[in-house]
Amino acid sequence: MYKILEKTSLNPTVSRMVIDAPRVAKKAQAGMFIILRVDDEGERIPLTISDFDKNIGTVTIIYQIVGATTHKLDRLNAGDCICDFVGPLGKPTELDGLKSVAVIGGGVGCAIALPTAKALHERGAKVHSVIGFRNKDLVILENEFCAVSDVCKLMTDDGSAGEKGLVTYALKSLIESGNVYDEVIAIGPLVMMKFVCKLTEQYGIKTVVSMNPIMIDGTGMCGGCRLTVGGEMKFACVDGPDFDGHKVDFDEAIERGRMYAEFEKHAYEKECNLLSKGGNA
Amino acid sequence: MNMSKEKNPMPTQEPKIRAKNFSEVALGYTEEQAKNEAERCLNCKTKPCQSGCPVGIDIPAFIQKIKDGDYESAYQEIAKSSSLAAVCGRVCPQETQCESKCVRGKNGEPVAIGRLERFAADYHNAHKTHPIENVPKNGYKIAIVGSGPAGLSCAGELIGKGYDVTVFEALHIAGGVLVYGIPEFRLPKKIVECEIENLKARGVKFETNTVIGKTLLVDELFEDGYEAVFIGSGAGLPNFMKIKGEDLKGVYSANEFLTRVNLMKAYKADSDTPIKHSKAVAVVGGGNVAMDATRCALRLGAERVVLVYRRSEAELPARHEEVEHAKEEGVEFMMLTAPVEVLGDENKNVRALKCKKMELGEPDASGRRKPVPIDGSEFELEVDTVIVAIGTAPNPLIKNTTSGIEVQKWGGIIVDENGKTTRDMVYAGGDAVTGSATVILAMGAGKDAAIEIDKAIKAKKK
Repeated sequence: MYKILEKTSLNPTVSRMVIDAPRVAKKAQAGMFIILRVDDEGERIPLTISDFDKNIGTVTIIYQIVGATTHKLDRLNAGDCICDFVGPLGKPTELDGLKSVAVIGGGVGCAIALPTAKALHERGAKVHSVIGFRNKDLVILENEFCAVSDVCKLMTDDGSAGEKGLVTYALKSLIESGNVYDEVIAIGPLVMMKFVCKLTEQYGIKTVVSMNPIMIDGTGMCGGCRLTVGGEMKFACVDGPDFDGHKVDFDEAIERGRMYAEFEKHAYEKECNLLSKGGNA
Repeated sequence: MNMSKEKNPMPTQEPKIRAKNFSEVALGYTEEQAKNEAERCLNCKTKPCQSGCPVGIDIPAFIQKIKDGDYESAYQEIAKSSSLAAVCGRVCPQETQCESKCVRGKNGEPVAIGRLERFAADYHNAHKTHPIENVPKNGYKIAIVGSGPAGLSCAGELIGKGYDVTVFEALHIAGGVLVYGIPEFRLPKKIVECEIENLKARGVKFETNTVIGKTLLVDELFEDGYEAVFIGSGAGLPNFMKIKGEDLKGVYSANEFLTRVNLMKAYKADSDTPIKHSKAVAVVGGGNVAMDATRCALRLGAERVVLVYRRSEAELPARHEEVEHAKEEGVEFMMLTAPVEVLGDENKNVRALKCKKMELGEPDASGRRKPVPIDGSEFELEVDTVIVAIGTAPNPLIKNTTSGIEVQKWGGIIVDENGKTTRDMVYAGGDAVTGSATVILAMGAGKDAAIEIDKAIKAKKK
């Protein structure tokens, strides 16, 4: 069992949890992920590590309530335990040699982009961050990003916070105004990453994306997380989750991500019904 | 002496009923049936059956105990050589091992050794009072990577020799392929649990949620004072056919499909893990895993399940019993058929598997006649799900994070005849070494490595 040490709500659907997991923390690096199972009937879900402290042995995760499992997870509070928490899995983000990087985060993807921005900043790289959300109520981690970025741009779809527009708009203007980047790192919804890649392809800037497909074991056994990169089959759990964004077949990944959409909707409704009937087990 | 040419048949659930449930298919012998079957054993002095057993069980000796009605002693006789009797009695391919050597098989059916093994093990598990053997501890720590058949067998052997044994498991429960791969109806999970509890009672420690190569490295195990490491990390990444359409929704690797069903219990209404409830399923492959996938698909409610295999039925690598069970339950066998492409609808869901008919040509490197495509024989098999069961490649995590361990071109860990890898005090066995094989071969490798580890440590500490 893995104890939840802290829980903070970042916006109405996104929360942060600090988990006591010393072995995971000891090996954690930006870009890696964990798999958790809330309880004995629970499914295994992957979540990218948002922060870690090797000294006190904690791992921070940030999740958005999107389905039954994240809903179940959100019912737990500090002091409660998560049944299973395994990792760190996947390869860490490659940061060696990067001197000037644009880090693009979209929605809850910002939770995963932050440790990368932080790690780059700590290594002395120039970091330009662009973080995007649908509206001001959904904005998370703005201050944290600003603290580790030389330039930090907040974008919202409706202009209710920061600038109005998509992250690609901000990135384009940063590039157009003469900023030179060794690499762009984009983490967020598949559609966002796809369009960031389309943009950077035009400028010939290497772009790394973090993929978060459906997974079960996360250790290279089930093959559920396969995706096509440069025409080859890759497994996000052992070959990734970071990939060269210009080679990823996003349309395929978007379709595969919808495999259980119906099931998830039903499971989520069932979970919500349980709650509304007071079945807060 | 029972001179019947036939085995006592195994009582089973009716095919029509069992094809709709996940309860165990084979129900096990009664005492009367077990005794009657045991009477068929000639108690040969040369014990040819024993030579066919990868872990060398003294088969005539345990069968004699069943004849005597001393079932617990029968189990104890098996337990001298095998730490997973209840598992092996259910899933071993006895027909190509012990039973293939049985003298009675020369004129009629061999003695039903597997069924008798299961009987003795089930008797023990139902009547045991947990008499724990107190082996004096020698103080040496051994780490075992993976809690599948290789790891469990290695652990059982080493704990019996007085070692302090810890088994590290990546998943949330121990058992490896016995829990994520082999379905409930063939190997009930409570049987596996029981075998693991037996090991725990004998002192074996299990650490789940620990991925060696990620959470902990092999080097760190040595730093932590482990004297030797046994790698039984099992099968890894599933192979795909490398044909068009394998990215469509509704294409599963057998590993994923079976893991959802078995480990995550997706067949139960209260499981949070989703699985597709298909109407028509094609399973590609011909091994035991393919059979398991077809039979799980039927039980999940598919109206039509077709096994697509490119060679003929004679070449099916699956156990004969599994093939028969699958057929009885209604699985269609489409032999000499090779998939060419998975076809999808406008929403990228599988709508058909395009196949080609094959004919058998000259024998290939494996000695089996090579299937050759027949021109113009392409056709579409209408299915909404395709399950690919054509083997796995070894998991790369340990190789990538451990220095000094050499692997074959295809990824299998290289070991010598004693199960020793190219790194001192690191041993390996099971599918991680051989690629997809059987439970009992993995157990044999785990046991042999344990004996070698014991020798190596004793030699070192002299």
